Amino acid sequence: MSYIDIVPIGEIEDALLLHLQQSIFQTFRIQTRIRNRQFDLSSVYDPVRDQYNSTGLLLQLINDTSPETLRILGVTELDLFIPIFTFLFGEAQLNGKGALVSTHRLHNQFYGIPENKELLRIRLLKEGIHELGHTFGLIHCFTLRCVMKSSTYVEEIDQKSTNFCKECEQEVLRVRDGKNL
Amino acid sequence: MNNEAVGILVVDDEFSVRDSLYNWFKTEGYRADTAEGGMEALKKLQESPWDIVLVDIKMPGMDGMELQRHIKKIDSGIVVIVITAYATVDTAVEAMKEGAYDYLSKPVDPDKLSILIRNAVNQRRLVAENLQLRQKVEELSLQDEIVGESPQIKKILEMIDTVAKTDATVMIRGESGTGKELVAQALHSKSNRRYFPIISINCGAFPEGLLESELFGHEKGAFTGAQYKRKGKLEMANGGTIFFDEIGNITMKMQMDLLRVIETKQFTPLGSNKVVNVDFRVVAATNTDLEKKVAEKEFREDLYYRLNVFSIQLPPLRERPADIPLIARYFLEKYARSMNKKVTDISPESMKVLVQYDWPGNIRELRNTIERALVVVGKKNRIEVDDLNLLFLPKTEPLGRNSLEEVEKAHIKRILEQSEWNISRSAEILKIDRVTLYNKIKKYDLQR
Repeated sequence: MSYIDIVPIGEIEDALLLHLQQSIFQTFRIQTRIRNRQFDLSSVYDPVRDQYNSTGLLLQLINDTSPETLRILGVTELDLFIPIFTFLFGEAQLNGKGALVSTHRLHNQFYGIPENKELLRIRLLKEGIHELGHTFGLIHCFTLRCVMKSSTYVEEIDQKSTNFCKECEQEVLRVRDGKNL
Repeated sequence: MNNEAVGILVVDDEFSVRDSLYNWFKTEGYRADTAEGGMEALKKLQESPWDIVLVDIKMPGMDGMELQRHIKKIDSGIVVIVITAYATVDTAVEAMKEGAYDYLSKPVDPDKLSILIRNAVNQRRLVAENLQLRQKVEELSLQDEIVGESPQIKKILEMIDTVAKTDATVMIRGESGTGKELVAQALHSKSNRRYFPIISINCGAFPEGLLESELFGHEKGAFTGAQYKRKGKLEMANGGTIFFDEIGNITMKMQMDLLRVIETKQFTPLGSNKVVNVDFRVVAATNTDLEKKVAEKEFREDLYYRLNVFSIQLPPLRERPADIPLIARYFLEKYARSMNKKVTDISPESMKVLVQYDWPGNIRELRNTIERALVVVGKKNRIEVDDLNLLFLPKTEPLGRNSLEEVEKAHIKRILEQSEWNISRSAEILKIDRVTLYNKIKKYDLQR
């Protein structure tokens, strides 16, 4: 059997992970499982920026997968960056195996407003599905409510839904069914 | 323009920057590529078209500023965005002065990059649209009308009206310069295909291999020099009209290929294995004796009959002298307007010369004559005989209805022009002595 592995990197609330696991299963109709792993965070930490290199972390994530792992989604509280960008909500390999998402800038608190756990849960789900969508070959979508719409700030995440538009959904199903799951 | 149609080239010596921007643009759906330095970037820019180039300012070898200058030479419409880790107002100002669209300082805010690229794509699209519209306006303003009131031309206009709305293949015959392309355009603009393009191809202007690629298009690498995929004219004419000028000049192999395309409306671009379906109307033109070529087996009979469904024969200008004043005035108005000249008339003497001339180059020659006259007319408000330059053309016959003096003056002037005002040589040709020639020059007030 093939799985989408959900891997916490650092401390992530169990309830948040469980909700993510269930919702991802419902979206992709692929079995999901939560797997705990160790990561060398010091090697991806940039003290000048006080952030973690997303690409380095993604490499660690995909370097240790099981034969049943179809896709792997890392979830972290760390603030991610790649050298050219000030920050990232997440990163994924287009048509690849690995995806990574950070909750750091999904918290309301980060923007100086009261925390909203429900909103955080939904934002994490949208970004998790979005990054996994890239691993199924999906590029950013122009449909306003599609989960594959590009979001470069948090309000844009709130504007889209947790669902794929018809075309993106068909593409995911095409890729998924091609894998003979 | 969808994202897939937009090409973005990232030029940076830092792998992580190239790689991350490449991945980011790919997930955005853009056609992206990277180059490690200036030389590699220039190579890629020459290999295929790019819309936006992100250039790092500080690079070993050719720096970003120098690369930007080269890019602008290749295609001034390419949007250059400068990336710099050394963001200072000076470098930004310098880059913008050199024509950069904007600049980014590392690290970049993803939302800022996203908005910047979106705006740059719009800018590129607007520039391209503007260029296309300018070309269209230029084409429309340069497009001539079929002018004339002679019975011959009225009959041609009737024939155009009759056949335009059908999809019949039309063969236009006539001497060079009689307006065959104009008739093809009239057929297209009066047809139901008028909202689609009319694509002209001068079959006589291409060697065989090139004509094939021009018509059918080619894939990248189909032959030496095919650096990237190119759409052929047949595909460009889809929905519209294709006009084959000088159809009598194509090789037997090309005749066979063309016959197949006209019959099946299908073809395969060079180096491709995909069949392209097209829908176009065919108009062809020639000034060669196709019947003779068919009889001598130089032109395929089946292609001849396929093309010659409806034939329009254009008369030479000398056979419809009544139209010459109308056409001359039409060109006078047209070129006076485009040259911003206040020339409003052609003198009666000049018109007489124009009507009597035999116009071997037909309407094209008349057009050029009027255009040239408007250049040399100076501040006068009408064209005089001296502005026409017709008498000095070697193909001009002596003017039959002019006085002996007029003919003599014209002949002496022509010989002087031919010998570059060498008096001895001119006198020798004219079989008169040099003193007599000097006297004639003085009498007729001839000047260099």
